[in-house]
Amino acid sequence: MMKTETETKAESKKLQVVTDVVCPFCGTLCDDIKIIKDGNRIIDTLNACAIGNEKFKSAQDGHRIMTPLERGDNSAEFTPVSYDYAIEKAAQILANAKRPLFYGWSSTSCEAQEVGNELAELCGGVTDNTASVCHGPSVIAIQTVGAPCCTLGEVKNRADLIIYWGCNPVHAHPRHMSRYSTYPRGFFTERGFKDRTVVVVDPRPTDTAKQAEYFVQVEQGKDYELLDALRTVIRGEDIPDVVAGIPKEKIKELGNLCKSKKFGLLFFGMGVTQTTGKHRNIDIAISFVADMNKYTKFNLIPMRGHYNVSGSGQVMSWQSGFPFAMDFSRGYPRYNPGETAANDILERHECDAALVIASDPGAHFPVSSMKYYAQIPTICIDPHYTPTTGVSKIVMPSTIVGVEEEGTAYRMDNVPIRCRKVVVAPEGILSDHEILERILERVKELKGKENQE
Amino acid sequence: MANSIEANLITGRTIWQGVAIEGHKHEEAYAKACGIVEMDVSDMKKIRVFPGQTVKVRSDHGEVIVKAVKTTQGPHPGLVFIPMGPWANQVINPKTYSTGMPHYKGVKVSIEPAPGEKVMNGVELLQKTTLKAVS
Repeated sequence: MMKTETETKAESKKLQVVTDVVCPFCGTLCDDIKIIKDGNRIIDTLNACAIGNEKFKSAQDGHRIMTPLERGDNSAEFTPVSYDYAIEKAAQILANAKRPLFYGWSSTSCEAQEVGNELAELCGGVTDNTASVCHGPSVIAIQTVGAPCCTLGEVKNRADLIIYWGCNPVHAHPRHMSRYSTYPRGFFTERGFKDRTVVVVDPRPTDTAKQAEYFVQVEQGKDYELLDALRTVIRGEDIPDVVAGIPKEKIKELGNLCKSKKFGLLFFGMGVTQTTGKHRNIDIAISFVADMNKYTKFNLIPMRGHYNVSGSGQVMSWQSGFPFAMDFSRGYPRYNPGETAANDILERHECDAALVIASDPGAHFPVSSMKYYAQIPTICIDPHYTPTTGVSKIVMPSTIVGVEEEGTAYRMDNVPIRCRKVVVAPEGILSDHEILERILERVKELKGKENQE
Repeated sequence: MANSIEANLITGRTIWQGVAIEGHKHEEAYAKACGIVEMDVSDMKKIRVFPGQTVKVRSDHGEVIVKAVKTTQGPHPGLVFIPMGPWANQVINPKTYSTGMPHYKGVKVSIEPAPGEKVMNGVELLQKTTLKAVS
């Protein structure tokens, strides 16, 4: 038999396959990744999507930050410094600040988040995660009207109707459809995609829409109107001839389709949370799901972006009662998105220092927020060069959770999964957890001194 | 203004944006993936730009130079798409309307050709627009 390239490689004694690796990219948290490594070098990945593959490989591609950096005043030039210096400087900044902002948390472990929230409380600051610019409105709506949820395992085994509303999993969660929703064979969906109907609602005919049986091209920003019309026709009431660009007949057809299925799932994304209406759009989406439960079984799951943004909400909630935008400046936790969320605080110049970890507001916040961020003393903890590191005062590199560090993360359906350590981190690079613990210890000392004086 | 169109801007993820953010944000790959505006061919014809040419996207909140590319997820005339990143964030509406969430979708913009202009690198773009000493 002819030997293939793969077989030749597999015979090498140096090569090792690590199985059941969890991919730390998106909220799908695929836990079936295989990593082929030669010693400490990642050679290839199996099962991962293009983004997951890049996440593992880019860790060793030679573009990591290898030493802490300090930016000169009013300059874009950085000087390499030691961890001891950077941690001392960071602790001084945070201990001297009246109301520092702690932002990010979504691409690190729950263990690091726990320490970070303690640090925020000690400093009397505000701690916010990336839900602020992704599913924050969903969280607000869920607090208002509740949410019928289930796990992705139930979706795989039971769901015969999948609705993707304002999300594009082919691009943002590339394995979501093949692992959980559209294509897999489940216990009650033995024939895979033949047993399911997929509906996509989006203002663009996205690559996800191209795989759907029903595509509803809603007018941009008119999701609320369409959901309202859908609820109305389900109750048997009349609606105008065209709503949100969709003819009445098509809306009726969609309503009847939803009623006729055994187990429906509404997955929703930024198309609903970031557009006009924000949390009210989710509010009515949840109400639609609640209505549908009069006829059949229906649930909804937000398509969470960062792999541990759900975890950050969970950790903040069990520590202090609120899932994001938590303000400790009065000495007790307070929460009021619109006032205490990261963008509101930066826009209104209401913080005097900031620590950013495991996220990149430089790339994902409006430039007006970043203009204020660039003026105040700031600390950024990130493995790579990003727009945020480019405008921060102190930059500290860290190891990557799920690649070089173990840690707990919550999937988009709030199931906690333990991420694995696949390779050893570059020498001398500390983990997020260790950096935060060292800053916390030092801030405790500085604050203690302040209290004695 | 002559030779410009009004459009509705939305931002969001693309798979190339996802790949580029994993360690390549200081490189050209990031600008290639996100320093673009996806437009319908009919809209490109109106302002007489070819795919790959630079355009200026302007809103009430700022302006940015990006490359015009033909949308692969169309048609959607009148709607333009910039992948999430520092380029899109130069023009989106920062108001949160008491929710914490800025307006990343449904921003009124005007687009005009900008021949000879360069699409900046992501880190450089943010430094130039936020650091006072760097301009």
